Amino acid sequence: MNILSLFIIIPLLMLAGLWASRSVNQVRGVMVTGASLLLALSVYLTAHYIGLRQAGATEEMLFTASTVWYAPLHICYSTGVDGISVAMLLLSSIIVFTGTFASWKLQPMTKEYFLWFTLLSMGVFGFFVSTDLFTMFMFYEVALIPMYLLIGIWGSGRKEYAAMKLTLMLMGGSAFLLIGILGIFYGAGGETMNLLEIARRHIPFEMQRIFFPLIFLGFGVLGALFPFHMWSPDGHASAPTAVSMLHAGVLMKLGGYGCFRVAMYLMPEGAAVWGDVFLILTTISVVYGAFSAVVQTDLKYINAYSSVSHCGLVLFALLMMTRTSCTGAILQMLSHGLMTALFFALIGMIYGRTHTRDVRLMGGLMKIMPFLAVGYVIAGLANLGLPGLSGFIAEMTVFVGSFQNNDTFHRVCTLVATTSIVVTAVYILRVVGRILYGNVKNPEHLKLTDASWDERVAVICLIACVAGLGLAPFWMSDLIGHSVEPIISHLVK
Amino acid sequence: MDLIAILHMHAELSLTAVFILMFLLDLFLPTPQRHRLRPMACILLALQLLANLWPEEVIAFGGMYHSTPIASVLKSVLTVGTLLVFLQADTWLQREDTRYKQGEFYLLTLSTLLGMFFMISAGHFLLFFLGLELATVPMACLVTFDKYKGHSAEAGAKFILSALFSSGIFLYGISMIYGTTGTLYFDDIPSRLVGTPLQILALVFFFSGLAFKLSLVPFHLWTADTYQGAPTTVSAYLSVISKGAAAFALMAVLTKVFGPMAGQWSQMLCLVIVTTITIANLFAIRQNNLKRFMAFSSISQAGYILLAVLAGTPQGMASLVYYIIVYIAANLAVFGVINAIEQHTHGQIEREDYNGLYRTNPKLTMVMTLALFSLAGIPPFAGFFSKFFVFMAAFHSGYYLIVFIALVNTIISLYYYLLIVKAMFIQPNEQPIGHFRTTVPMRISLLVCVAGILVLGILSGVYQLLNDMSLL
Repeated sequence: MNILSLFIIIPLLMLAGLWASRSVNQVRGVMVTGASLLLALSVYLTAHYIGLRQAGATEEMLFTASTVWYAPLHICYSTGVDGISVAMLLLSSIIVFTGTFASWKLQPMTKEYFLWFTLLSMGVFGFFVSTDLFTMFMFYEVALIPMYLLIGIWGSGRKEYAAMKLTLMLMGGSAFLLIGILGIFYGAGGETMNLLEIARRHIPFEMQRIFFPLIFLGFGVLGALFPFHMWSPDGHASAPTAVSMLHAGVLMKLGGYGCFRVAMYLMPEGAAVWGDVFLILTTISVVYGAFSAVVQTDLKYINAYSSVSHCGLVLFALLMMTRTSCTGAILQMLSHGLMTALFFALIGMIYGRTHTRDVRLMGGLMKIMPFLAVGYVIAGLANLGLPGLSGFIAEMTVFVGSFQNNDTFHRVCTLVATTSIVVTAVYILRVVGRILYGNVKNPEHLKLTDASWDERVAVICLIACVAGLGLAPFWMSDLIGHSVEPIISHLVK
Repeated sequence: MDLIAILHMHAELSLTAVFILMFLLDLFLPTPQRHRLRPMACILLALQLLANLWPEEVIAFGGMYHSTPIASVLKSVLTVGTLLVFLQADTWLQREDTRYKQGEFYLLTLSTLLGMFFMISAGHFLLFFLGLELATVPMACLVTFDKYKGHSAEAGAKFILSALFSSGIFLYGISMIYGTTGTLYFDDIPSRLVGTPLQILALVFFFSGLAFKLSLVPFHLWTADTYQGAPTTVSAYLSVISKGAAAFALMAVLTKVFGPMAGQWSQMLCLVIVTTITIANLFAIRQNNLKRFMAFSSISQAGYILLAVLAGTPQGMASLVYYIIVYIAANLAVFGVINAIEQHTHGQIEREDYNGLYRTNPKLTMVMTLALFSLAGIPPFAGFFSKFFVFMAAFHSGYYLIVFIALVNTIISLYYYLLIVKAMFIQPNEQPIGHFRTTVPMRISLLVCVAGILVLGILSGVYQLLNDMSLL
């Protein structure tokens, strides 16, 4: 059996196990076992993949397999990975693993919570291993719908509103996607849904011009493309901790990945026509997200807007269409996934203790909960791009790559986007200063405790990954750069 | 005329046999034994199903009766649906005020089913009309089955009046066809259709007649009141079985008989599809009564089914029948849950009544959620596949814009389906409906529906089979 199918089978088994389990401890047991298996599997896959590449494997995708599913409609269940999807799988399994620990004590309806959580992660894994447009789209939607219940039931604040808004906007995006996918399928002759096969054919220019923006918008909604990012702040702010982690950390990456793999790879001429329009929108995302974060007072909203800005940077870098910038985009996905998960985990833990996320009501937390506070500082520094942590590597690559375009328009966009770095520093440092340092504002807070063991597991794992990516980025960027090449060579300048 | 030909109509003959047996049982079964009627009906219908499982092509009476393989598959599907409805009707038929006339319920339902069979496999407009009437008139009696309820009587009156009206229009359309072509045989008409204004009018009248049955906008006005007033079991039957049969018959006649006028009817269909889906969706949002809600939901589903008709290709035919199968599973699951709760609580069918249902009845809630997700077209449930294939068929025939509008509408439909999910899972409630166990027949039918929802999409065999048949 194909190793990639395990990424779908393990979550399925987890679902069955969860369904059968009778107590909270059994639920936790199933979750930890499953999440660890997934993590081990993705680490093994990465090592194996690198090994095969070093041994001289030159195919675009490795571990490919295909089973005919709906023969009359040319729908197959086909899997395959390249460096980009391997990196994404690794990221997802890290987030699922740490997310399990971050929601260790979640009440009530623990079993149901993890059922939907696992279904969501199954969708994510399935999306990244698929090379068939139909299954890709199917897993994409599988990943979206559990969000509604996860936010609606276990969320906080205006959860019902946020859940409905998020679901409808993302599903609206998938409506665009569906028609775009049908357009690609019939545009490429209506004989195959396999990405790699379609890439070898030529979709007529007229079709590309119509369907490129549909696909790009469809995925862009999930990638928080301005002005379709509105679901993101509300959704992230209302979601329970692990769901915010998974959503900002992984789900939003589906958007960037899809834009790159489906829209730009399959419709390069469409990308050439529409690239500039979307570039303007993503530049707005980057700057607008950063500025919006400055005025927020709710910790989660700050981070949500910061996510808009950073995910905007992913799409921005992709649209710059140079090899370096696209490698940077993938690095940024990884880096943002890790650090934003860390951020949301810490915010959730702090909120669980102080019962407020308002920056103005907190202060001096460093004295009370040093472990969480230090974690928060590290996450903040990664976010604002301190060298040595993952954010720096990613943003540096993005901006250098973007500046390689030597026309005025691209360079101006790059310059505008770089201002976000400064603004990021403003809101991060301000929040860190307000809530961690200074005097304790609320005497009640003095009674609070520091992180428990399960929280420490989640935080330490994520910090290790953020630092690891920052200190030794080369193996990762090699892994990615290799796979970016075939897609870039497709694009016409 | 070769009278032996009648023996070839296996499905209809065996269904008539079931009908007669039920009639005799109803007449001669002594009162203490009458409770046996309910299992007997299910068993007989199941036997009928088994006897007709093998799809085949039958032509009898010089082409007056023409049953294609895919039509016989659809007949089996409708029989399964009816069987599920019979199972769901069990609790309701045990009630004091319906118990003494349970035999009538089965007889009326079986005769409508027989009518649909004739409609599906008609090769002549007269037989088609006969089937249509046979499927409609007993339905009116079914709708008023709870005759002491004011709502039910009102529903019946609305149903029969609009049904008669549509039959009249339909008949008028047929007479125009006869007047311009000189024949009513499906096989002979196409060569004589040239698209004169009178023939276009005939097409429109024919279409309007069926549109009443399918409750397409603007012929949908009876639907909500009828669904609300009719007994829940009958609403379920009306929304899936009768709709499925009418959709298939519409597609068969439009492609087969009106094939030369495809240019005209596809324009008409485009307009009707867009208005049907959009208006039904907008009205569904405002409904609090779940039966009215399901009425509008089923109107919009009919719009999606029509996308397959619009495609007008073998691919469209396969996806149409597939859509009907999946739709039967999902819709009957929803109606089953509504029915169970209504019977248990003596009439709670408002959305607010469902608040907090998950805490007391997690299994029923899960069934309902899966079914609603399937109706909304969420993977990995079967509804996703059926919607995707219908869209694919229409897209393949070049109706990009219509597919796009339909897709945008799925978002609206997702909104109102989620409202019910929200009520059950999220909305707090001090006094939710208490925990209860559904009856065994109901549980069987819900299990079959859920199995259908979960399995029909993942296993590609069903679609494959339909595709092979519609190529023939």
